[in-house]
Amino acid sequence: MRIGVLTFPGSLDDVDAARAVRLAGGEPVALWHADHDLKDVDAVILPGGFSYGDYLRAGAIAARAPLMQDVVARANDGMPVLGICNGFQVLCEAGLLPGALTRNSHLHFRNRDQVLVVERADTAWTSEYSEGQRIVIPVKNGEGRYVGSDADLDRLEGEGRVVFRYADGNPNGSSRDIAGVTSENGRVVGLMPHPEHAVEDLTGPSTDGLGFFTSVLKAVVAA
Amino acid sequence: MTVDTVEIAEKTPDDEQPWAELGLKADEYARIRDILGRRPTTAELAMYSVMWSEHCSYKSSKVHLRRFGDLPKSEALLVGIGENAGVVDVGDGYAVTFKVESHNHPSYVEPYQGAATGVGGIVRDILTMGARPVAVMDSLRFGRADAPDTARVLPGVVAGVGGYGNCLGLPNIGGELLFDDCYAGNPLVNALCVGVMRHEDVRLAKAEGVGNKVILFGARTGGDGIGGVSVLASETFDAEGPAKRPSVQVGDPFTEKLLIEACLEIFEQGLVTGIQDLGGAGLSCATSELASAGTGGMHVDLDTVPLRDSTLTPAEILMSESQERMCAIVEPDKVDAFLAVCRKWDVLATVIGEVTEGDRLTVDWHGERIVDVPPRTVAHEGPVYERPMQRPADLDDLQADDAARLPRPSTPEELQAHWLAVVGSPDGADKTWVTEQYDRYVRGNTVLAQPEDAGVIRIDEDSHRGIALALDGNARYARLDPYAGAQLNLAEAYRNVAVSGARPLAVTNCLNFGSPEEPEVMWQFAEAVRGLADACRDLGLPVTGGNVSLYNQTGDVAINPTPVIGVLGVHADVRQRVGGGWRADGETVLLLGETREELGGSAWASVVHGHLGGTPPTVDLPAERALGELLADLGRDELITSAHDLADGGLAQTLAESALRHGVGARLRLDGDPFTVLFSESTARAVVTTADPAAVRAAAERAGVAVTELGTTGGDSLSVDGVLDLRLAELRAAWTATLPALFGSPEVAVGTVPAGTVPTS
Amino acid sequence: MRVSRVVVDVVLKAEISDPQGQAVLGALGRLGHDGVRSVRQGKHFVLEVDGTPDEAELKQIAETLLANPVIEDVELHLPTD
Repeated sequence: MRIGVLTFPGSLDDVDAARAVRLAGGEPVALWHADHDLKDVDAVILPGGFSYGDYLRAGAIAARAPLMQDVVARANDGMPVLGICNGFQVLCEAGLLPGALTRNSHLHFRNRDQVLVVERADTAWTSEYSEGQRIVIPVKNGEGRYVGSDADLDRLEGEGRVVFRYADGNPNGSSRDIAGVTSENGRVVGLMPHPEHAVEDLTGPSTDGLGFFTSVLKAVVAA
Repeated sequence: MTVDTVEIAEKTPDDEQPWAELGLKADEYARIRDILGRRPTTAELAMYSVMWSEHCSYKSSKVHLRRFGDLPKSEALLVGIGENAGVVDVGDGYAVTFKVESHNHPSYVEPYQGAATGVGGIVRDILTMGARPVAVMDSLRFGRADAPDTARVLPGVVAGVGGYGNCLGLPNIGGELLFDDCYAGNPLVNALCVGVMRHEDVRLAKAEGVGNKVILFGARTGGDGIGGVSVLASETFDAEGPAKRPSVQVGDPFTEKLLIEACLEIFEQGLVTGIQDLGGAGLSCATSELASAGTGGMHVDLDTVPLRDSTLTPAEILMSESQERMCAIVEPDKVDAFLAVCRKWDVLATVIGEVTEGDRLTVDWHGERIVDVPPRTVAHEGPVYERPMQRPADLDDLQADDAARLPRPSTPEELQAHWLAVVGSPDGADKTWVTEQYDRYVRGNTVLAQPEDAGVIRIDEDSHRGIALALDGNARYARLDPYAGAQLNLAEAYRNVAVSGARPLAVTNCLNFGSPEEPEVMWQFAEAVRGLADACRDLGLPVTGGNVSLYNQTGDVAINPTPVIGVLGVHADVRQRVGGGWRADGETVLLLGETREELGGSAWASVVHGHLGGTPPTVDLPAERALGELLADLGRDELITSAHDLADGGLAQTLAESALRHGVGARLRLDGDPFTVLFSESTARAVVTTADPAAVRAAAERAGVAVTELGTTGGDSLSVDGVLDLRLAELRAAWTATLPALFGSPEVAVGTVPAGTVPTS
Repeated sequence: MRVSRVVVDVVLKAEISDPQGQAVLGALGRLGHDGVRSVRQGKHFVLEVDGTPDEAELKQIAETLLANPVIEDVELHLPTD
């Protein structure tokens, strides 16, 4: 299974996302923002980092990169896409996910080992988890507060499109403790925490993050 | 405006020049005239003034720093002092480059940018050696924690260190945060960076090959930090504060990230023969150093330098300290490939000159010669001072003011109160307020990070080879005895690396002192360097390079001598690393090493009595080495479940930190006087936990290291048999409250503002 | 060719909380400026455009790039002459 990892100028956790794909048994494929070439991948990961230095708004400029047009088109066709942190910001800016990410309410950058509750275990990226499962994943961001109008958030909740919620404390002030959401078809998922940093006992607080990458390998086969 | 050219200078020898305002002394100006055989042009004067400033030329410290160069050659050292950073062989064909540097004065003026550009600068030094930077550390010192100006400076500095490092994608794996009145007008911000490469990838900063092109790449040049070098590092601040505001450097970490990726691709394709980063003194430094280290000649057309501000004069362009710029020497047939890589990463790159025959550095401005100098005289033959030294007049009295005479706790309640005071003091308290602002995970190779004793990074995912780093600098000890103090700091960093199970390999240092024009400060500096060199010789460690920061003082009062020492170690297999923190009940707690009554310069004396006096703890390098080797063996043989060294705050601090890490207490029995056992700061000691105390004892005996059984882990308090019972909940409350109470609990400061309730104007 | 100056101001929508504005307000209070009741922090863009500005084009730039319409309101200030 070929899982593309897209690098923008300023992307940082692309290396880590590629490692996670490898550890899960997939084949990571490096994708470059400026090419119109998705290289036949079965799914795409938009990694964490500070693409374009978070200039204008985090993810705003990256969302308008040439390759994002191809990503959006394929996503509309059902290709699984995972946006992690900056990747989540890009997905919101590109209109693939609702809402937006803004400055943390306490105005600090915060890196913490965070407890998340899995609310949807049937998306392309979460089938290896079970509903209600608590996992520990690092969160590290300065612009991670998920916001939207009350109407939008109500609709999101009503449609059951919240995939992860913060538990045991909200690290950035996100509305309704929302840590991650999914598209209507459950194939596009965005979240602020970093599962790729929780894939090895040696370097992470847990290996709870591996499930994202093993899930999509199954989703790709099933598709 | 007419530019001052060489031709004009030759014809107008008696023109007045502002050499004094630029920080030069009369004899230095005279020497420049001597070297050139005429008066210098304005541009040349600017170059000499910045390059001969204390910060760039090390004129006051050079004679003393030679001691490091005189240390026996170490096989592990691939590149020694003199380059941008030292390079050490860590096995398996890997080379590691690391260095610590200061950015103190700018951080007082503009805390965020001062700290941010400090990180940026040290990262470029590592990149320049040919390595991918893989981690950073920061050692921070401020005035009293509750002083109003600390509240101005500290949050900005921390945000700057985090803001720049996080955006570059470098995990912050450790550091220090300490407070003392002596830093009130002069915070210390020392930043360390470490990079990894293969042996064959080492790059050097020299310009060779006539006809090779000089390419300036990175950010545009603006008016940042003009005169920063000669003004900020060679002078001090008023007691009233930063009344004059020299233009500080402003950093852009995104540009530096692009620079890093572009450079690494350029290195991979073998496109440069020499490379230098632009730091203090900007282009003046890069060109003169590259030319000086190479085969002698270089020509630059200064008007080709891309500018952000078109009003800059040539002298200003030469002195500018705009960030995120590098200078490469590239063979003509590789220039296109070089520029292509830069284009891919959207990095501005311009050919500004070339390597020439002969041994002059010449610079033209629109076809007119404005600089024609021998580069060695600019970069490497700056003034060398042998400044007068004098042992401080107050040192005898200070050392006689024995901390042992201070009133001690006379009841268990008092003992417990002192324990809480030390652990809850700003120096001893939980640093999460700071460290949560740093990304520790990026790149996925961080094995240990703060609050562990050492930061540990995996450098090979297949062989599991790794490196460990520690950064330490107790300034109270150094004030009492600079020679011993420097040695004690080396010992502590060495011990911190050893405690993780790594083998210490090399040393870097950041020497922060007051004004070299004061004989007492100069004596402190010389003693500290001598102490560090002697200790490195005894431990068989090379000094790979470092940084000197002088003129750290407020008004007339120098800071305490603060030699910050960084030690690099290697893990053959990082999976065998040992962390601090007790995890399980029923394990035996053992104290390795000997405890004597040594309270001089201790945290207890400082926190409880506001006292600094006596002599610092005895240095025992053979004991440190024995302990270090023992810890490596215990880690490798998997005989210990945790290890934490003893330093500031002695056993009291170590026990508290070990217990609070995962909320596991202990039942302890302390033989002898509990006060001494808890608060003495004797060296060469560590606390370990083990499920096999007999095996640990046997290993310790073979190593000649004393062992004292302290007790057993378990429970929710640190209870000392017959003396006190310190509940972890109470300890945690004291330990975690301090920094948020001082610098704001972010959630409390801003509050959760319900959407829609803020009225729009 | 004539160059026109176009200004675009972007602020968070009223229903989105603005902690940066709140922090500024708090600081003002601590500095003794009790009369300031609220602060909203936004962005101010200055564009220099060739010739007479195309209002439709600038509106699109402002509303789809300079501002995130999900959470931000935008005000476009064209030159009045």
